[in-house]
Amino acid sequence: MSIRERLSGNEAIATAMRQINPDVFAMFPITPSTEIPQYYAQYVADGRVDTEFICVESEHSSLSACLGAEAAGCRAVTATSSAGLSFMNEVLYVAASSRLPVVLAVACRALTGPININHDYSDSMAERDSGFIQIYAENNQEVYDNYLMAHRIAEHPDVRLPLMVCEDGFITSHAIENIELEEDDAVKKFVGEYHPENYLLKAENPLAVGPYGVSNYYMEARVAQAHAMMNAKQVILDVAADFEKTFGRKYGLFEEYMMEDADIALVIMGSSAGTAKTAVDSLRAQGIKAGLIKVRVFRPFPAEEIAKCLVNAKAVAVMDKSEGFSGCGGPLFAEISGAMINEDKRPKIVDVVFGLGGRDFTVKAALSVYDRLIKIAEGGELGQVYSHLGVRT
Amino acid sequence: MAYNLKNEMNKPERFNAGHRLCAGCGAGIVCRAMMRAVNPEDKAVICNATGCLEVSSFQYPYTAWDDSYIHTAFENASATASGVEAAYRFMKKKGKLGQDQNFKILAIGGDGGTYDIGFQSLSGALERGHDFTYFCYDNNAYMNTGTQRSSATPRFASATTTPAGVESVGKKQVQKDLTQIVVSHGSPYVAQTTMIGNMKDFHEKAHRAIYTEGATFVNVLTPCPRGWQYPAENLLEICKAAVDTCIWPLYEVVEGEYHLTYEPKKKLPVEEFMSKQGRFKHCFAPGNEWTIEAAQEYVDKKWDELLEKCR
Repeated sequence: MSIRERLSGNEAIATAMRQINPDVFAMFPITPSTEIPQYYAQYVADGRVDTEFICVESEHSSLSACLGAEAAGCRAVTATSSAGLSFMNEVLYVAASSRLPVVLAVACRALTGPININHDYSDSMAERDSGFIQIYAENNQEVYDNYLMAHRIAEHPDVRLPLMVCEDGFITSHAIENIELEEDDAVKKFVGEYHPENYLLKAENPLAVGPYGVSNYYMEARVAQAHAMMNAKQVILDVAADFEKTFGRKYGLFEEYMMEDADIALVIMGSSAGTAKTAVDSLRAQGIKAGLIKVRVFRPFPAEEIAKCLVNAKAVAVMDKSEGFSGCGGPLFAEISGAMINEDKRPKIVDVVFGLGGRDFTVKAALSVYDRLIKIAEGGELGQVYSHLGVRT
Repeated sequence: MAYNLKNEMNKPERFNAGHRLCAGCGAGIVCRAMMRAVNPEDKAVICNATGCLEVSSFQYPYTAWDDSYIHTAFENASATASGVEAAYRFMKKKGKLGQDQNFKILAIGGDGGTYDIGFQSLSGALERGHDFTYFCYDNNAYMNTGTQRSSATPRFASATTTPAGVESVGKKQVQKDLTQIVVSHGSPYVAQTTMIGNMKDFHEKAHRAIYTEGATFVNVLTPCPRGWQYPAENLLEICKAAVDTCIWPLYEVVEGEYHLTYEPKKKLPVEEFMSKQGRFKHCFAPGNEWTIEAAQEYVDKKWDELLEKCR
């Protein structure tokens, strides 16, 4: 039986963690993810979990400690944001290449500078090539549900990759919403225990982790890792199917909203999708065939599936909530453009960078983008392919 | 049981031949001796910082280590060890490891991975008091990248980033006293050693460090033939000169109490150490006599301070 509650995204993650009761949690605080280890510290203090909770001296060390624990045979977790994720950068790659399925909660926040504590995806997008699976959420319920699915995906023998559960800093991490929680026992049963095949503390069979790999071996290791990421797509879908069967809520690699007959569409991520859906509803009420795709799984990127969904649209705006400084568009735009490249029939696509450093994204702003798409769909000028929304002049 | 080299050498090797360390490198000797200090009935996990030792001892698909081993990066051996130790505590607590399945958590890194880039991680792990032992094989420079100076490089040593020249007499700064800094963390056991005689000093300190509960530290002066520029066979002679000149005093600090473990019968002048290595060659050139005097003055001062602490 589900339990109706009111929780912030951070408390939802901490609650999911408490229910899963991971073996090791290595923490270092950074806004806006700090509440996650704070809630957890109280669970430890109150004897509600068995976790070895270690307060290390940096994010580099929190992830390093997670790698040590995970390699030793334990389920290890941590949380971070922004500069903290950047500081982990080196270790993120080690986690993925060592095939250690650490689960990392990220309350996504802008990167410096200027220093800013509010939401965008510059932190997580900068790590899109790290080898982590990345799953994004629109609201607190999705954050909670994604976390419940995370360990099963990461630890699956066909995958064995670390995973980021991404929430929107402050917007999702701190705003309190109604949420349906699942019973502790049901969660434990769904997630299951972690039984790695080989680990450092396996007394009867020692293990060596993290070799020097010369050119004769390096490429095979990287290709195996690439295949694991490809395998993750099906595992994410299988775990989602079991999640739906168990708890009743349905998830895919992305969400299609009014896409069946859409002429114009946004491709968007996270909490901004909720705002854009309101814009779609008002356009549909006027008989305009608008829709949107909300990308849930960014790594592995569901390129073929999204392409199939976009081929019949006439004009698409990719909404990038991070600035990639490529000089020609944000990271989501690059993925979507790449996904469409071999389609004979494809829409006109523009990139709109928006909401940086917590700049508000309103229904009105979403409607302005759809207005532009209407004109493009009618054969009007494409205009600037790469532009920024809501910038003061 | 009293230390007996023959008995020790009869133990099965836990750091095996076939590794790719240079002839005359001290690091391999450190690893063999470190592993001999782990009781045969106990298992170990070795957490290694990036460096010569890592690339030479675990080149896929070969490993020189009989025990479990993990390398993650350069600056985080102590943090990685913290996680392994937390996992060990968890498994013991949950009964996932048998009563007789005991592991010793060891971390090892060069002076680069310990004094410098890994210093924060080391300090954090010491402060938290994880039950592990950190071994630093201090070879006085960044050897894996080709002898760049580190904070462990002694004053006047020529390194590739502090070369001797018309305007330079080598490194300007004295060696960071890491052993003292570790003592300041309140570690229950800290020792300084090197490879001399029958390895008794090394063995006893390593064993005591490994079997003292808490975060313990052993700093091992570990000559490097490439960086120090000496013939490979002179390794032990150089170690002996380091302790007899008091450049590298042998001592241990148990719960804050200092004990000198070796006092040279006759304290030798620093030239006895410096003249055996190419990295100090310029100090013996006409006009640079003052460098040897300055080096002697510093060693005397540090030695007197140590004797005071050991009194």
